[in-house]
Amino acid sequence: MPTGLPNGGGLPDMKDMTATILKRIGHSVITLFVISILIFAGVEALPGDLAESILGQSALPETVEAFRKELKLDLPPHVRYISWLGDFVQGEMGRSLSNHRPITELIGWRLSNTLFLAAAAAVVAVPLAIILGILAALYRNTFFDRIVSMVSLSAISFPEFFIAYILIALISVKLPLFPSISTLDDQMSLADKLYTIVLPCLTLTMVVLAHMMRQTRAAIINVLATPYIEMARLKGVSRLRVVVLHAFPNALSPVINVVALNMAYLVAGVVIVEVVFVYPGLGQLLVDSVSKRDLPVVQASGLIFASVYIGLNLLADLLSIASNPRLRNPR
Amino acid sequence: MKNILNITGLTIEGFNDNQWSTIVDKVDLTLERGEILGLIGESGAGKSTIGLASMGYSRKGCRISSGSIRFDGTELCQASDGVKQKIRGTRIAYVAQSAAASFNPSHRLIRQCTETPVRHGQMSSAQAEKEAIENYRRLLLPDPEGIGFRYPHQVSGGQLQRAMVAMAMACKPDIIVFDEPTTALDVTTQIEVLNAIKQITRHFGTAALYITHDLAVVSQLADRIMVLRNGQKVEENQTRELLDTPEKAYTRRLLSVRSQRPDKKPVKLKQKVILEVNQVSAAYKKKELVLDTIDLTIRRGQTVALVGESGSGKSTLARAITGLLPPLSGEVVFQGETLGASYRSRNRESLRRMQMIYQMPETALNPKQTIETAIGRPLSFYFGISGKERRKQVLEFLDRIELPASYINRYPGELSGGEKQRICVARALAAKPDLVICDEVTSALDNLVGEEILKLLQNLQNDLGVSYLFITHDLATVKAIADEVVVMLKGKIVEKGPIDKILNTPGHDYTKRLLNSVPKMDPDWLDDLLGKRKTTRSKRAA
Repeated sequence: MPTGLPNGGGLPDMKDMTATILKRIGHSVITLFVISILIFAGVEALPGDLAESILGQSALPETVEAFRKELKLDLPPHVRYISWLGDFVQGEMGRSLSNHRPITELIGWRLSNTLFLAAAAAVVAVPLAIILGILAALYRNTFFDRIVSMVSLSAISFPEFFIAYILIALISVKLPLFPSISTLDDQMSLADKLYTIVLPCLTLTMVVLAHMMRQTRAAIINVLATPYIEMARLKGVSRLRVVVLHAFPNALSPVINVVALNMAYLVAGVVIVEVVFVYPGLGQLLVDSVSKRDLPVVQASGLIFASVYIGLNLLADLLSIASNPRLRNPR
Repeated sequence: MKNILNITGLTIEGFNDNQWSTIVDKVDLTLERGEILGLIGESGAGKSTIGLASMGYSRKGCRISSGSIRFDGTELCQASDGVKQKIRGTRIAYVAQSAAASFNPSHRLIRQCTETPVRHGQMSSAQAEKEAIENYRRLLLPDPEGIGFRYPHQVSGGQLQRAMVAMAMACKPDIIVFDEPTTALDVTTQIEVLNAIKQITRHFGTAALYITHDLAVVSQLADRIMVLRNGQKVEENQTRELLDTPEKAYTRRLLSVRSQRPDKKPVKLKQKVILEVNQVSAAYKKKELVLDTIDLTIRRGQTVALVGESGSGKSTLARAITGLLPPLSGEVVFQGETLGASYRSRNRESLRRMQMIYQMPETALNPKQTIETAIGRPLSFYFGISGKERRKQVLEFLDRIELPASYINRYPGELSGGEKQRICVARALAAKPDLVICDEVTSALDNLVGEEILKLLQNLQNDLGVSYLFITHDLATVKAIADEVVVMLKGKIVEKGPIDKILNTPGHDYTKRLLNSVPKMDPDWLDDLLGKRKTTRSKRAA
């Protein structure tokens, strides 16, 4: 063993890694498939006949029958499921029941708004959380660390609508700096749009900050106990450099995972914030559609949320693998 | 001033069980420029703590409570963090026990080796890389230009340890603190690292504190040796004088470790064979055989030692025999009965007859179970003994392993490492086995404590006639206990036979190399050996 390089050992080689990645992607696809069945079955299980409830009790039986045919409700469920999923995969989601516009068109604009808000919140929250987490780890158990922990934990402990209303009261009503209603339209410039969404963006930032910050701090502190950090200190490396360059790269995997979870929340969990700020996002559309019994829209939005969630988690796993030098550079 | 390091009255305390207790007690130490001082002692002697303190560093939960550490005129006890940071890495460097754990897994070696000179503004990064490559070459690392661009996990243990010496040498420091740098290595690898350290410290005239528990290792390098025990200095002398005329009884005990063999009843020839391993092959991953057609027999009352380097498949063989890792092919025959490949397919009776003792008693014992439960469990599981009778038998076992009866209600956390290992021995014997597999049972223990365990195992064998399969990488242990020796290399048995034959007239080259790699308590041993190897090599070339 002294000369030449060791081989074997317990580490996966390149082939194993590709297999792992493919397996992970496969799992995501299967999960998504199961979710699509659940969404379809859930809507199917709703009581009452869809055509009847939309047309009202006074509708003539012939009209109801015709409407059922139009909705293809006369076909058996599995046939409808397959054609629904097939259409969805091709980007064809059917028409809304309430206003007969194509769902793709309806959702497309809303989805881009939701993604815009999520991206804006992420651009603020992720770097801020990581920097605060690194600083908290660097100055752990000091006054700074406690203040950061306390503030971010308080923010996460309040319900998000409460934070939203407090923010509206403080910096929209008392100090009229930003609008309390964040309605977007296509004519707005990017700057206008950003100005309009300051409050919802701030609310979301406060909601997701604490998780990511505390996970970063904990992951780094965990790494700080390892022998290679002691070695770095004994090499005369400065404290900041020890934390940022020696500890943080080894703490990436848990940080990536919590960031991905929070990103998914920013996309799929913003319903309440969108409603509070009257923001034209997908969450609000979902709420409206549920109250209008516009089931094709509900199904489509549900499946989109699920895809985003699963996609981001898949991305997190792939990035975790990529951040591990042992997996990135097999022997 | 001639001394580069002057430590006087150093006292270090550690925080334990809500109170401060002394770890290092008023130790004085001096180190001249270019001199190598060996610090030797068992665990708890405070040698690592002193080594770190000489860099003005104390681990979490420790504090330097009094004394003075003067490094080249600077008092390190009162120095600010900034001053210490400037000295560390550049003027005093550190080499840790486990290079695998002490290199940052996320950075390439060269980046870690050049960090100190570049960050302290001594060299440009290109210059530092050139120097690092030069040091890799001096330390005889293979592929000196390329090895730095690997990640730590891509380099073997012995090479990593040398790379760490190169990292310490990067700024040509005045002192290097070596903290057990070869303890985690195989003997054959240890030689190369020892030689590398010796050459490079000589080349640069670097002074060093060499910390180890192994007197034979330190005598190859050190000019002077200080023996420590429980944080206090026992004695200090020039290497040769200390080896030849030790003054204190404790030093003499350290010197005589495992030079004699515990008494053993002679094994009658042609005892019944109890274990037969026939053509066993096993693998963790497909196509990579870790065991390659192994044949092995063990007779009643016999101790068979299984030796080899880490990764040679010793522990895997134990796993295959016990059925923890079902072999791919071959069979395990126990007292004439072929056992199922997996332990799941074996009945309770055949499980009982084969027991294991592990390397780490800390992890082998459940910390939440009392000693009574730990030893009593096999009694109830295999024999259905419970209540008063069980307690009585547990007490008998405690007496057998020479521990006081009062230990019966204690938890493993309240026992020392050696005592815990005794409990593991008792637990294995409680099942009244015919064969006990001992997997590196003494390697995690101090030499003197390990020797006691070996003595205990031998006495128990004399009384009970149990057979041992003794897995170890330590040839001193083999000498102390084995009847037969089996040498493994890369999953194959390269040689086996009675102990006298293997030790005195080894047949295989690898066995020869293994045997003459074990350090002797003779300061000239390393130089002689390397000289001999060189001449044989040049003879072969000629």
